[in-house]
Amino acid sequence: MGARLLTSAFFGAWIEEAARSVRAERDELTRLDAAIGDADHGTNLDRGFTEAVRALGDRRPATPGAVLVLVGSTLIRKVGGASGPLYGTAFREAGKALGEAPEVSPADLAAALAAGVAGVRRLGSAAEGDKTMVDALAPAAEALTAALAGAVREGPGADGAPEAGTPAVGRDGHPSAPEDGRDGHPGAPVDGPAGAAGPDGRGLAAALAAAAEAARAGAEATIPMPARKGRASYLGPRSVGHQDPGATSAALILRALHTVAARW
Amino acid sequence: MKKLINGAGSVVADALRGIAAAHPGLRVDAENRIVVRAGGPSPGKVGLVSGGGSGHEPLHAGFVGYGMLDAACPGEVFTSPVPDQVIAASAAVHGGAGVLHVVKNYTGDVLNFQLAAELCAEEGMEVTSVLVDDDVAVRDSLHTAGRRGTGATVFVEKIAGALAETGAPLAEVARVAREVNTRSRSFGVALSACTTPASGKPTFELSEAEVELGIGIHGEPGRARAPMRDARELTGVALDAIHEDLPLSGDVLVMVNGMGGTPLIELYVAFAEVAGHLAERGARVARSLVGDYVTSLDMQGFSVTVCLLTDELTRLWDAPVETPALRWGR
Repeated sequence: MGARLLTSAFFGAWIEEAARSVRAERDELTRLDAAIGDADHGTNLDRGFTEAVRALGDRRPATPGAVLVLVGSTLIRKVGGASGPLYGTAFREAGKALGEAPEVSPADLAAALAAGVAGVRRLGSAAEGDKTMVDALAPAAEALTAALAGAVREGPGADGAPEAGTPAVGRDGHPSAPEDGRDGHPGAPVDGPAGAAGPDGRGLAAALAAAAEAARAGAEATIPMPARKGRASYLGPRSVGHQDPGATSAALILRALHTVAARW
Repeated sequence: MKKLINGAGSVVADALRGIAAAHPGLRVDAENRIVVRAGGPSPGKVGLVSGGGSGHEPLHAGFVGYGMLDAACPGEVFTSPVPDQVIAASAAVHGGAGVLHVVKNYTGDVLNFQLAAELCAEEGMEVTSVLVDDDVAVRDSLHTAGRRGTGATVFVEKIAGALAETGAPLAEVARVAREVNTRSRSFGVALSACTTPASGKPTFELSEAEVELGIGIHGEPGRARAPMRDARELTGVALDAIHEDLPLSGDVLVMVNGMGGTPLIELYVAFAEVAGHLAERGARVARSLVGDYVTSLDMQGFSVTVCLLTDELTRLWDAPVETPALRWGR
């Protein structure tokens, strides 16, 4: 195949980029949290990711799985609040899904992201539509899996079409259809063969662009929702009209993943 | 907003140094960020551990001492503690009879205490958790994270602490803690928002003419905004909400709690009205507490917590207690 595999350095770079991004957006995250929570989301995540970068520098885990497990454990130990255990669990579950392999494929990354989202859903008992980080994470995980598998997101009503976001093989049912040259852009359906991270990694970058866009759109879609989980839920209908800070930070972290993949 | 601090980043650590300096009966473990009774665990006694975000003082560190908590885990301001703190606190107070975690029902507190309890169990400690969720302002628990833990936390910690002091087993201490929670309800009203040291700005805007009904203790807005009214009417709103949820009768334990920025004279004005509202409903103030016990930094406002007493609960409430914030009978 020739696709460039992802090493611990790739995952370390992701966390560094995520830390930069959270630092840059810290005040905005806190402002969003002040509207419907308790005004500490940016501060807490900044502290957690700063500690995570430091822990990676100190311990230098050898495998992608170990990087993510260490990041998750550090977030659980350092952040507090709900976001610490939830993000911590997401990274730990993703890391555990990657196992002990020294290098992993884009498909492994997609499976790991799905495992992370499953962990968050379980711990937080949250579903899509509850106005939480799940609203950004779940569509992103689905978009990544779908993009890598070369699935086409059919519009509603398309005969026999898979549900939007459902991982699927190519339209013709052949998982190894030849590269058709479309490298995708944010929000667009991405066609391509299964695991189609090309030799230069552009396939992965395109798939992660779709994932990041799905997360961004998912975060934005929380604005009209009434919160059903977390502290914002106490506001009931008054939480409508505000973007969820957790979904917003989740979109930032996925955007950082795309940024790193684009230059990998 | 002016704050009496050295820096927003060191508020919790600096306050812990103050607690250590002021209260020789407590041991502050600065590294693990826990406050425990000096003298170590009592063999055969259930250890009581609680914790939560800082900014609610005297909760929880001010309730560590004889007859109440064995340890408290203060998190950052309005941020629940991390599991490492809870594990360190549990290990520090485990005297062989198990540990009771008193957890206020907020998503962050629940998750961090849950992770901690699992890790404590892996280390061979017997841990039981009791959730406090007394806030009637949260109505529809199916569509929220559930009722919040507020003023009843003080009642739970005092009464369960008194029973633990007698050498009662973990299951009994947990039972009485749950019973106090089941028999208690709270409702809070804010006259102003609070200002966290990190943000320096009020957490929400409230005009001179408005109050926020049904607030929690983290500066989060409440159930509804309403026009400002006098103490008689505001306490009436609180008592109506409580009575609607748990009909009030018989002997009750009542706390009129200040949110941090309310003068004591106003809390007594409120208490007089609360006592009147209770009498109208056929309940009798048997025991009472007036003052700042579960605060929200510098918020102006109050909360009312009522517990329907039994003989056992009254006896345990009256039992000796010696902590920085509650002390009698010893």
